Amino acid sequence: MLEQFLHIAAVAAFLKEYPFIATYVVPVAWIVVKILALILPLLIIMAYLTYAERKVLAAIQLRQGPMMVGPYGLLQAFADGIKLFSKETIIPSGADKTLFIIAPMITFALSLVAWAVIPVGGGLVLANINVGMLYLFAISSLGVYGIIVAGWASNSRYAFLGGLRSAAQMISYEVSMGFVIVAVMLATGSLNMTEIVTVHRPLWVTALLFPMFVIYVISALAETNRPPFDLPEGESELVGGYNVEYSAMTFALFFLGEYLNMILLSGVATILFLGGWLPPFGIHALAVVPGVLWFVLKVCFILFVFLWARGTLPRYRYDQLMRLGWKVFLPFTLVWVVIVAGALLYNHALPGQTLSGM
Amino acid sequence: MSATKTVRSFFLLELIKGFALTFFYMFKKKVTINYPFEKGPISPRFRGEHALRRYPNGEERCIACKLCEAICPAQAITIEAEPREDGSRRTTRYDIDMTKCIYCGLCQEACPVDAIVEGPNFEYATETHEELLYDKERLLANGDRWEAQIAATLEADKKYR
Repeated sequence: MLEQFLHIAAVAAFLKEYPFIATYVVPVAWIVVKILALILPLLIIMAYLTYAERKVLAAIQLRQGPMMVGPYGLLQAFADGIKLFSKETIIPSGADKTLFIIAPMITFALSLVAWAVIPVGGGLVLANINVGMLYLFAISSLGVYGIIVAGWASNSRYAFLGGLRSAAQMISYEVSMGFVIVAVMLATGSLNMTEIVTVHRPLWVTALLFPMFVIYVISALAETNRPPFDLPEGESELVGGYNVEYSAMTFALFFLGEYLNMILLSGVATILFLGGWLPPFGIHALAVVPGVLWFVLKVCFILFVFLWARGTLPRYRYDQLMRLGWKVFLPFTLVWVVIVAGALLYNHALPGQTLSGM
Repeated sequence: MSATKTVRSFFLLELIKGFALTFFYMFKKKVTINYPFEKGPISPRFRGEHALRRYPNGEERCIACKLCEAICPAQAITIEAEPREDGSRRTTRYDIDMTKCIYCGLCQEACPVDAIVEGPNFEYATETHEELLYDKERLLANGDRWEAQIAATLEADKKYR
């Protein structure tokens, strides 16, 4: 697209005259345009995710949810946004001011940075790097820092306890999530997100990976501190968790980060298990609908499951949460990785196996 | 753990049941009443804002017997009275402190002439305390304003009194 535009005669002549603009300014501007093209829709989706959450919860509880701001309350998310923007950011006197401000930024920035490697459609990806999955894993692990720094910098017991809980929880569930991803890698033989989607996956492999999908979704709930694993924010015992002391825009950044992380993990689940932007169930006739739309629909489905779980399940106790992570998910995923690997080996379907003629 | 329990928890059967339940709840009728636009039904015995009633000819009903003042458990009612020029006994002062009132309804039960009643109005929130110190004028105005509804509720509840 950019190349075609650059070949228009007048533009080409102009660029020849100023090589600096041609080599630096234009490519950078193009990258910024691409980033904005991804992030702006993402932020709008995030705004409507908060609206959807309130509506889904309301529906489950036989309520109406937001109805007053705009038709059917559709502008509620923006009203909330404006409210948070216009409020005062209060920094507690005992807080570490620098870290206090930086923590929400870390959370928000990391949840956006991770989107660089997510292919939302065929070839529609900012950075099609070979180790996309590793990159994602690294970024999502860094997310713990935002929360633990927030808990520490607030200089409040509640916030600190919330931060510690959150960190412990995220680390615990990342282990089993890692094994889930290993299983998918075994089946696809690639860490590149685009290849994970496009590599042909026989039906029996999909069936074999289904339990991993379930574990992935549950772990994703724990990773994003969503109910029923929202102990870091456990209102009943911790007031508000790591973000008790936060207000206005700093709080909004945590909020945005949490919801963006939800969308991100749903996106990753879509890519790993649901076939990304490809039409569902391998029905080629459905390919008339653009791939991006399929991707969005699949992400929306998983997000709905997130909200649905919030409306259905009560909160875990902390020891139950740790038990589930370490004593159930970890052994199960370990065993299942071995089973997946064995099944693939037996059926000569391991990546590279057919090539080397094993 | 028994075998069936293990199988049940392993296949998340109870989770699936719970999720199915909440899913079908989503399509049930909503119970919300959009308050400022819709209001719930009110019993004829509803005890809301007080009002002093008049007879159809415009004469005020209250005869200053002070039974309401006597029975009021919160001592929210203050009455002063002297004979009017025509010799009838009327109040010169009839105050209710609405912030003291506990809305027990004993005043309207004590009243021999159905003068003081608690009407159906419950939307009289104010921004200051002083606005809730009702005087006779205010109570009579309330009576004029709500007479139709008050008469209807009294009629509806008559056979139980």
